[in-house]
Amino acid sequence: MKILLDKISFDIETYIRNGGYLAIKKAFSMKPAEIIEEVKTSNLRGRGGAGFPTGLKWSFIPADKKNKYLVCNSDESEPGTFKDRELINKNPHSLLEGMIIAAYAIGANEGYIYIRGEFAKEARILEKAIYEAKKKWFLGENILKSGFSFNIKVVRGAGAYICGEETALLESIEGKKGQPRLKPPFPAIVGLYGGPTVINNVETLATVPWIILNGGKAYSAIGKGKSSGTKLFSVSGPVKKPGVYEIELGTPFKDFFENQLGGMKEGERLKAVIPGGSSVPVLTAEEAMKVTLDYESLQSAGTMLGSGGMIIIPERQCMVEALWILARFYHHESCGQCTPCREGTGWIEGILKRILQGKGKREDLNNAKEIAQNMMGKTICPLADALAMPVISYINKFEKEFVYHLEGKCPLCQK
Amino acid sequence: MMSEEKIKKEYERIESLSKNPQSTLLAMLHFIQKEKGFITEQDAEYLSSISKIPYSKVKAVMTFYTMYNLKKTGIHHIQICRNLSCHMAGAPALKKIIENELSIKEGEVTPDGLFSLTEVECLGSCGTAPVIMINETYHENMNEEKLKALLKELKEKNENTTR
Ligand SMILES: Cc1cc2nc3c(=O)[nH]c(=O)nc-3n(C[C@H](O)[C@H](O)[C@H](O)COP(=O)(O)O)c2cc1C
Ligand code: SF4
Ligand code: FES
Repeated sequence: MKILLDKISFDIETYIRNGGYLAIKKAFSMKPAEIIEEVKTSNLRGRGGAGFPTGLKWSFIPADKKNKYLVCNSDESEPGTFKDRELINKNPHSLLEGMIIAAYAIGANEGYIYIRGEFAKEARILEKAIYEAKKKWFLGENILKSGFSFNIKVVRGAGAYICGEETALLESIEGKKGQPRLKPPFPAIVGLYGGPTVINNVETLATVPWIILNGGKAYSAIGKGKSSGTKLFSVSGPVKKPGVYEIELGTPFKDFFENQLGGMKEGERLKAVIPGGSSVPVLTAEEAMKVTLDYESLQSAGTMLGSGGMIIIPERQCMVEALWILARFYHHESCGQCTPCREGTGWIEGILKRILQGKGKREDLNNAKEIAQNMMGKTICPLADALAMPVISYINKFEKEFVYHLEGKCPLCQK
Repeated sequence: MMSEEKIKKEYERIESLSKNPQSTLLAMLHFIQKEKGFITEQDAEYLSSISKIPYSKVKAVMTFYTMYNLKKTGIHHIQICRNLSCHMAGAPALKKIIENELSIKEGEVTPDGLFSLTEVECLGSCGTAPVIMINETYHENMNEEKLKALLKELKEKNENTTR
């Protein structure tokens, strides 16, 4: 079952031929509240990482207010994640159509797509798609004589992972440093330029047209249990067939790994799996083989579905080095507002580097875990937790490799 | 430094499409950088003077975002991803090749001004690792052979290459 990457449509003519822009016609015949109800029924959860129920998020927007905004989060900077880029390349109009429906549902007349600065090509694809949609009267004033007006602007970021955090993203659109805001107030009440704002991921929004056309019930029937629908997984690491896959939630990892990814490349052995982007705890190969790819199963295995950025780690990769690379990333990307994050990410990076170079001490392992414990839940945004959780899981699950380094004899690093 | 008229003209265009002067800032800095590959203090001061955005705010934004280069870069600005998937796919060896071929270290510019090299975090293209970005173009699934051919091709182009 495929929804997002079922048919590839680079231009608007192809998209329309494939049934595109029928969902907005149906949406305009419905009341905004009915659309929100339909999305609630679908059980669609945000695909950006946090998994917040989409219909519920939309229902927080006050119906009577003016100056409301819809913002699409296309920052996609979490290591291991490259699904939104694929979606924009292969099906850009599904995102625009989803945005038109979402905007109509919440009563927003202005929309933004915030895209990471490096995606210059994808920003041009979106500009072209917007131009095509305007020419067909799907965007602009009084869309298809519905009385509803909506315009979309593309804003390019400039290299900052933290701008994927939704309030940092709003700051960035406003032309400021990308530093997350204190919450409350939540963006649904005070968001972009002070107006009520919904922020959704590319994949979340691109799913909406299907839900409107086929009904929330049909969507909720796909997947497993409370994890409804399909999800994009971007898979990297030495498997035979890395890339972006759309699969039904609830698919066993083992099936996905063996049948779709083709298993490991010749000469490689599976050691560990990061199922949902660099911020989530790691699974050992043995643990991974037991999970199904959905919110509940991954949560009960102590990790998360996250963004679906799956990184496959082979036996030859030293886990101390892997964790150090991630710690260096989070330290580099911390916006510096909160002391536990700014200092903690730096300390952890330093400790790991020392261990990696064979200069670590036994107590460093507990120190790193303790710093991580103390970073959690104490900061303005979850970036601190996004390093803390992996630190604890990597050290606990692969302690042997850390001890090799302490003893100066890691067989995987000829350092 | 970029011609002031050019900056002013672009500023007026973008400002007319924006909510307020401050919200033009990221796009303006991209525009200035596209011309020369980096942003000078004078450009930033000029932008502040026409937009009335305090210079301190322009500076804060310029230094916060890593894509803005505040030092001269080469005509071909090479950015190599250092995050996990690219690392596992051999990025460190590719970095060494670039350093050897160009006789520069990470963070430097070649004396002829043709190349500069910098390491960056995940470029959102991990499935085709290792990934290198040169100016605005992604080069995916890189290996030693492809990299050497690419560097050679770029060296042979003359200095008038548009970025
Ligand atoms: C440090 C950090 C980085 C994030 N990066 C992204 C991102 O690149 N893309 C994204 O959609 N969400 C990202 N998020 C999650 C957003 O804050 C937000 O939850 C999401 O965009 C909401 O959309 P959704 O409900 O459709 O998932 C990030 C969160 C944090 C804390
Ligand atoms: S947790 Fe880190 S990244 Fe998030 S606001 Fe605080 S300092 Fe910034
Ligand atoms: S790790 Fe290099 S592109 Fe993601």
